[in-house]
Amino acid sequence: MPTKAMPGKWSPAQGTATRAVPASGMPSVRRRATRTRTKGTPSRPMPTKKALRRSGLYVTLTGVALVLLFPFYWTLVSSLKPAAEQARFPPTFWPGHLQWTNFLDAWTSQPFTQYLLNSLFVTTMSVLGVTVSSALVAYGFARYEFRGKNVMFVVLLATMIIPWNVLVVPLYMEYSFLGWINTYLPLIMPSFLGVPFYIYLLTQFLRSIPRDFEEAARLDGANHFQIFYWIFLPMMRPQLVLTGILYMLIVWNDFLGPLVFLNDTTKFTLPVGLSFFKSSQLIDTTSMLAISVVMIVPPLVAFFFGQRYILGNDAQSGVKG
Amino acid sequence: MRLNGRHKIIPYLFIAPWIVGFLGLTAFPAGSSLFMSTFDWSVVGNRKFVGLGNYTKMFGDNVFYLAMANTAKYALILVPLSIILSLGLALLLMSNVRGIGFFKTAFYVPTLLTGVALAIVWGWVLSDRGVLNFFIETLGGKQVHWLTDPRAALWGVVLTTFFGQGAQMLIFLSALKNVPSELYDAAKIDGAGPARRFSRITLPMIGPAITFNTIISLIAAFQEITVVLNLTGGGPDKATYFYSLFVYENAFVRGNLGYASANAWVMLVAVLGLSVMFIRLSRRWSYYEV
Repeated sequence: MPTKAMPGKWSPAQGTATRAVPASGMPSVRRRATRTRTKGTPSRPMPTKKALRRSGLYVTLTGVALVLLFPFYWTLVSSLKPAAEQARFPPTFWPGHLQWTNFLDAWTSQPFTQYLLNSLFVTTMSVLGVTVSSALVAYGFARYEFRGKNVMFVVLLATMIIPWNVLVVPLYMEYSFLGWINTYLPLIMPSFLGVPFYIYLLTQFLRSIPRDFEEAARLDGANHFQIFYWIFLPMMRPQLVLTGILYMLIVWNDFLGPLVFLNDTTKFTLPVGLSFFKSSQLIDTTSMLAISVVMIVPPLVAFFFGQRYILGNDAQSGVKG
Repeated sequence: MRLNGRHKIIPYLFIAPWIVGFLGLTAFPAGSSLFMSTFDWSVVGNRKFVGLGNYTKMFGDNVFYLAMANTAKYALILVPLSIILSLGLALLLMSNVRGIGFFKTAFYVPTLLTGVALAIVWGWVLSDRGVLNFFIETLGGKQVHWLTDPRAALWGVVLTTFFGQGAQMLIFLSALKNVPSELYDAAKIDGAGPARRFSRITLPMIGPAITFNTIISLIAAFQEITVVLNLTGGGPDKATYFYSLFVYENAFVRGNLGYASANAWVMLVAVLGLSVMFIRLSRRWSYYEV
């Protein structure tokens, strides 16, 4: 990918023939550029000015990152403070004593092991469902011509705008009619029926693959499902990982679904359990923060495993606008 | 692939899960909700056809106006701020410096904190003796009752939902990377400064991304409920009583299903109307290739 210069920020790549130099090769080019700057356009800044600008950029980047990440640090630190230190104002930014037992206390104050297992079950099933179903549907839309296809695809896109509020009451009645209230089916089953956003994401990718793949496989005698399963599914791996991770973040943190469709406290998921602290008599900040820390861990782990798929550092993946 | 004869059914088999989902989980519920909105339909028995009664009832309902006004205020503050933040972050990430990948990760990570945990974390940051008030007092300001002062609470919710702009940031980043650098070169030769290049090239070229992000965050703002339920509960003094909470309480607390359905449809029309309006407006200043 050619590096593109940022408007308003001077960079050696801008307006010179070195535009296509990959990022790893930049420093040497830069150094050379500063030495031979006499040849360039008159508006080119002085070397010291450039160094100043670069360090200014680093200061800005670091400052912004620190501000954005501060809530994470603050949550972790606060969850480890002893009660007396927790209440202190002005607050201490590094706890004098790391009280790890806070986590044990928080965890045992409610049946969190049960909630965790419930959350893991719902999340795993939903992620499985969304990847399988969205892949199938996207394949159908992207690789076949059939009657009503365009209309249906527009409808699919349009359904993304319908707010949850509009659907929730009739859905509740529907699930209640089916006897699904207080089961995990209302939370899991919809993901097995394709989620429009991910269908769209996968369709965009599948459309970019040349026709030759199916044709070759047809000649080899593969049937339609085999073509999908053996040829296209492996190609979709990065997009499927992206889909799984993005959907995992949503399901893992879903609060309204379990709140509305589940009744038994033993069936609750982590977000509902965490929210329970707020409504209970004793508001125990330390425990709430400790459970919050625990809740952030799985998304963080998933993110770091799938980082290159989400952030699009990989050449052929990423969320495209 | 084009098919004939009995093979014509094959693509429909692939998209069958979505067709079932669309009919059962979207079309039928949406239709039912529209149907229910014309009834005085309460959880306990009582169902009476009232025509547009539920809709006209809203015009006399002060809570409806309050919830609408709060949501509009929230969206008007949050949407521009989140666009500015995510675009700013994306612009920062466009710079060719070493270690930019690290900053990309750092800028995205706050997005992973959402829902109840987000509300809990910010409830702690924003509390009267919380760390934000410590910073404000250190800088010479006065303590702000973020969660208990009706004038400040909306800003408390804005702050809480403001940081997780990772998805928007990535959309902007990808749009910025697709702006042909020749345009900047040409503008430079013509003597356009950085500010002019930004307003005359960057903004129009990423116009579609701005429109997309605006609509997405507008929809999100209108649907915001998990954070307010867990941060302020709609208070203090209903200052953060958002429209979604209004609909939710009418349905699941007051059991007024017909009225709640009408509320929800008003919201759908409002969101749709605003989106269409924004798309129309954006065509004036953004560059569309098609």
